[in-house]
Amino acid sequence: MEVLIETIKRVMLLMPMPLYETLYMVFASTLFSVIFGMPLGIVTAISEEGHIWENKVLNKVLNVVINIARSFPFIILMIAVFPLTKIIVGKRIGTTAAIVPLTIAAIPFVARLIENAIKEISPGIIEAALSMGADVKQIVFRVLIPEALPSIASGITMTIINLVGYSAMAGAIGGGGLGNLAIRFGYQGFQKDVMIGTVIVLILMVQIIQGLGSRVYNKLLK
Amino acid sequence: MISIEGLYKTYTGKEGNTEALKDVNLRIEKEDIFGIIGLSGAGKSTLIRCINRLEEPTKGSIIIEDKDIVKLNDNELRDMRRNIGMIFQHFNLLSRKNCKENIAFPLKIMKYEKREIEKRVDKLLEIVDLKDKKLAYPSQLSGGQKQRVAIARALATKPKILLCDEATSALDPNTTSSILKLLKSINETLGITIVMITHQMEVIKEVCNKVAVISDGSIIEQGNTYDVFSKPSHPITKSFIRDVSLNIDKDNVDDPENTKIVRITFLDHKAKEPLIYKIIKNFDIEANILAGQMNNIQGRTYGNLVVGLKGTDDKIKDAIRYLKEQSVIVEEMKYNGSSN
Repeated sequence: MEVLIETIKRVMLLMPMPLYETLYMVFASTLFSVIFGMPLGIVTAISEEGHIWENKVLNKVLNVVINIARSFPFIILMIAVFPLTKIIVGKRIGTTAAIVPLTIAAIPFVARLIENAIKEISPGIIEAALSMGADVKQIVFRVLIPEALPSIASGITMTIINLVGYSAMAGAIGGGGLGNLAIRFGYQGFQKDVMIGTVIVLILMVQIIQGLGSRVYNKLLK
Repeated sequence: MISIEGLYKTYTGKEGNTEALKDVNLRIEKEDIFGIIGLSGAGKSTLIRCINRLEEPTKGSIIIEDKDIVKLNDNELRDMRRNIGMIFQHFNLLSRKNCKENIAFPLKIMKYEKREIEKRVDKLLEIVDLKDKKLAYPSQLSGGQKQRVAIARALATKPKILLCDEATSALDPNTTSSILKLLKSINETLGITIVMITHQMEVIKEVCNKVAVISDGSIIEQGNTYDVFSKPSHPITKSFIRDVSLNIDKDNVDDPENTKIVRITFLDHKAKEPLIYKIIKNFDIEANILAGQMNNIQGRTYGNLVVGLKGTDDKIKDAIRYLKEQSVIVEEMKYNGSSN
């Protein structure tokens, strides 16, 4: 019994810093991926044939770009963007540096989620806004985004959870965080208890994020 | 007020072109409640959407207050749309905004001042009788209430024209009736011209002073509702407007081969002569009443009577000639509803 408590104590003491690093990577990359992914998703949705800002060529290009970006395995992407990371952050590895590949991986994902959320809105509502003389900008900001907000919120929840998983991979190449802890201490250092502890923390984290996300979704649903 | 001339709409698709509208000509006067009736797929929805250019016409002109709206550019079109309100079958309210915000929506688009919006919304809620639902969300409202909010929203910018796209088709009969009353009172008190499309005859009968019948993309008949309903001329109009209960089946008549059936339409209670009695007495034939119906179109009535005549051919002919000289409309019918 005492051994167990000792073990828990020891593992717990290892957690704060990696946990902070993970949260930092995940939330920063979520923020940036929404900032870039949201306009991309909106433009992709409204440039589709028959939508309010039809532009077949642009739509095709955006779709191809999003698909290409989504087909990269994250581990490859991380290495592939090293030069860009160096330009933006000043170094290629480290917790802050990991935000670059994480953001790039999440942008197309966010774009698709937003695109789908926008396309779910009934054409009738858009037609009603058009019949009132609304222009494209007004429809986007006063109709599409507000109406899609619940779906957008659940999409962002999904993005955050995905990023928790990706951030563990970032740990493998020196990004720090819980992934790093599990690999370095747990796997390479043969400390099973640390590995188990890390997994438990990650499970709790995902549960909490999903719980909060669902609450926000329900709040937004009128 | 609205004058539609030579309007065509063609959809180009992979499997060839579909002509949704073919040479549509309509004149809608100020303060009309103009009904356009047709079966689904007849083109009525395309037609009403052309009036505010939610659909782009292929050819023709739509002149609203001396302006051909087909020729407007995007900016002019948006301004024009603000003078035309529209309501829909499925209401199309913003689900995440309450009644007040939904009604305020077109005003915000037009950048009205906050205080002015407040005042206008309260006034509109009063018009549509929903003052107690100001802060309710669409999901908390019944279908009729949602349509009232949609009407208030459509009226917010004080349009001169209100387009109704199957506005009562998703509502039960009682609610339909209350929405129609509201539209009628809006037409009378605010002087708004209303154009409505519907497949429900009752809607036309109840509120429209004029009606156009559309079939396969063409207007086949138009005029005062009373005239079109009591004296339909086009076969499709007849089949559309007339109650099937007035169709006579052979099984319902004793001696179908020797019985001539005629439909007599009485207009505005003008039947002062005892017609049936007279033809029996003067022409020596049997007259058997097979079916009858009274219709009321906004206070004006007309009656239909289907009579089976039996006798010699000459005498039946004389009787029909006599009837035609009276102030009634007489049509010789075939069995199962079609007229000669």
